[in-house]
Amino acid sequence: MADLNIILSNYEGKKSDLIPLLQEIQSEFGYISEELMQQVSRFTGVPESEIYGVATFYTQFRFTPKGKKHISVCTGTACHVTGAKQIIEGIERYLNIKEGETTKNGEYSLESVGCLGCCSLAPAAMVNDEIKSKLSLRIINKLFKEYEPSDS
Amino acid sequence: MNHRIHRYTLINYCGDFMNFKQIVHQEKKDYNKLLSDKTAIMVGSATCGNSAGAQIVKEVFEAELSEVECEIIEVGCIGLCYAEPIVLILKPHQPGVFYGNVNKKRARKIAQSHIIQDTPLPELALGTWGLGEIKGLSPIFEQKPLKMQERRILRNCGFIDPTNIGHYLAQDGYSGFVKTLQMQSSEIIQEMKKAGVRGRGGAGFPTWMKWQLCLDSKQETNYLICNADEGDPGAFMNRSLLESDPHSVLEGILIASKTIGAEKAYIYCRAEYPLALERLKIAINQMKSLGFLGENILGSGFNLEIEIKEGAGAFVCGEETGLLASIEGERGTPRTRPPFPTTEGLFGKPTVINNVETMASVALIMQQGADKYSKVGKGESKGTKTFSLVGQVKNTGLIEVPLGITLKEVIFDIGGGLIDNGEFKAVQIGGPSGGCVPSQHLDTPIDYSSLLDIGAMMGSGGMVVMDQGTCMVEVARYFLEFIQKESCGKCVPCRLGTKQMLDILTDITIGKGTEKDLDLLPDLAEAIKIGSLCGLGQSAPNPILTTMRFFSNEYQAHIEEDVCLARDCTEYIKYVIDPELCDGCMACLKSCPLEAISGSKDEVHSIDLLKCVKCGTCLDLCKKKKNAVLLMNKS
Repeated sequence: MADLNIILSNYEGKKSDLIPLLQEIQSEFGYISEELMQQVSRFTGVPESEIYGVATFYTQFRFTPKGKKHISVCTGTACHVTGAKQIIEGIERYLNIKEGETTKNGEYSLESVGCLGCCSLAPAAMVNDEIKSKLSLRIINKLFKEYEPSDS
Repeated sequence: MNHRIHRYTLINYCGDFMNFKQIVHQEKKDYNKLLSDKTAIMVGSATCGNSAGAQIVKEVFEAELSEVECEIIEVGCIGLCYAEPIVLILKPHQPGVFYGNVNKKRARKIAQSHIIQDTPLPELALGTWGLGEIKGLSPIFEQKPLKMQERRILRNCGFIDPTNIGHYLAQDGYSGFVKTLQMQSSEIIQEMKKAGVRGRGGAGFPTWMKWQLCLDSKQETNYLICNADEGDPGAFMNRSLLESDPHSVLEGILIASKTIGAEKAYIYCRAEYPLALERLKIAINQMKSLGFLGENILGSGFNLEIEIKEGAGAFVCGEETGLLASIEGERGTPRTRPPFPTTEGLFGKPTVINNVETMASVALIMQQGADKYSKVGKGESKGTKTFSLVGQVKNTGLIEVPLGITLKEVIFDIGGGLIDNGEFKAVQIGGPSGGCVPSQHLDTPIDYSSLLDIGAMMGSGGMVVMDQGTCMVEVARYFLEFIQKESCGKCVPCRLGTKQMLDILTDITIGKGTEKDLDLLPDLAEAIKIGSLCGLGQSAPNPILTTMRFFSNEYQAHIEEDVCLARDCTEYIKYVIDPELCDGCMACLKSCPLEAISGSKDEVHSIDLLKCVKCGTCLDLCKKKKNAVLLMNKS
């Protein structure tokens, strides 16, 4: 488990540290829990309510854990006109979760995101840090098979 | 590369102009050697190349050529995204050959045939590069997609290693900055004025004026911010430039900071661009090693520190004052202007905020001179502009064109027309703040004012081509949905107005629209335009206004005739199987994600309309077989 104190030691606790600090915490812990937010509040002197206000303003921050495979489906213009909505619905059906949710076994989570900037490969999605391009409903099944652990 | 930086540091390069010249001389020699004396394989590995499989291709070359003396280099993106992964093969005394759509198998073939046996493969190649001829191939820059372009900002993209500062130096990199070290701020500003460069982020504010306004505020501390928060859906020019040639942007930042006397510069870059961030960090470290950053840069007395700030995913932070709030650690809500950031910006100090492409343009102007820069362009719009050309167009990719070129030339000559021989309907330009331009306006030249005249705007450079199968009401709804999600909520017209507009548009696309809606929308649009605090709200109605202006028939068809002319809105359409054509092959039946298709082998299938979610899988599948699945309007 990551250590919050080590992260905090890289910062002075200024107001302008808040967003980079939250970003680093999220990348280490996966999400920002209530408890972590309280500690950030003590460190920076910024009230919890305000930190919550800042964190919820930006779409990057999560307050629930994400799945081992986090799927971000691009909903930029090019992906939209080439069927991003169908892709999201297809994945929702496959995983039996809604956008923004995580599967019960913690394997997958799904969200839609703003343009990923690979519009010429639309429709695209990012699985953790890897871009999957030119998606279609037919290759979604294939995609998930690729991720199935071999022992199951 | 590391050993070289080390070498330079050892000879205490800082502060010595003669050394700069020597280093550039050496780098040029090395780079030319790479192009002419060695076998080099350049693999395009920006995000687009990587997601198409560039890293796998690179591994194949490494394995196949482990015994061959050659250099395998990761370069940026040449912009022909439709042909990724792209590989450039350079052999001594031969023209370079670009190969497109390279996969594992082709990579092996290219390695064996072209590199080992010296037999190029014209059937797999896109074209040649450099002097000399290869039978069956034409020079790539003579071919339509590239011939009509004017590659200046993107000149290095795809030809240099973005993680090697030496390659950038070999292209006269940083020579523009070195020039400015002997210039007064007023002289640099004069040069920018002469060049006529305007902000490339969308609004087109003259760059020199922004810098002058900052200097005029006469305070001790100034800041420079490079805005790389490219949030427009459908735009990726800045990502590609940062991934392919980060030093050109950093050189611009040096020049701008020097001019306005800033000792601290920020790059505000989206966290969604991990590769761009990584390459920026590498580039900044190299600059530090060579003494281009830090205290007393090249002995000139000028100090600069560059810090990268990762955006946390809020479109409104692309707006200047929203961006400032975000760097200060606040919610990224814009504030009223004036005071403008040039007088009261970051931490209350005068701040210049310039776009990524503007910074690269500044470096180019200082390297090549204002006269050369302003030679291309039209009227008040000087120079070139990069666009990401995407959507239903054949040659998708990143392009750079002289301002003044027409939309038609871009879409049909450079873009090669529509895919599947589709019929053009509209091009969306300028992102959510821009508009949709129909075919009757395709002769419009791309410059700041002509686009405004037809209700669109230059924007940062996203260009999405749409065919007849795209419903314009749905497109407007899409943009409104985006804006409504991204509205920061500070001012009422934007927060509530965009929600109302979205509700009305949604109603129309699901068959609940009324005649009154068509009168209400323009009224609401006008109120939001006038009443909103920042550019996001002020321009939010543009997609609706342009689609209503040019495609009013589509709005009316939804409401009056109960049809979606493009057969795009799911509420209006149904999929049916033509019994005359269906041969009962079971393919659609097996592929249907909802098991909505019934029938048995060699019998005509049918679709249960109650179960069908209209995903279109069956139609795509049958198109190539019997074409028995039909898409039709419900009524």
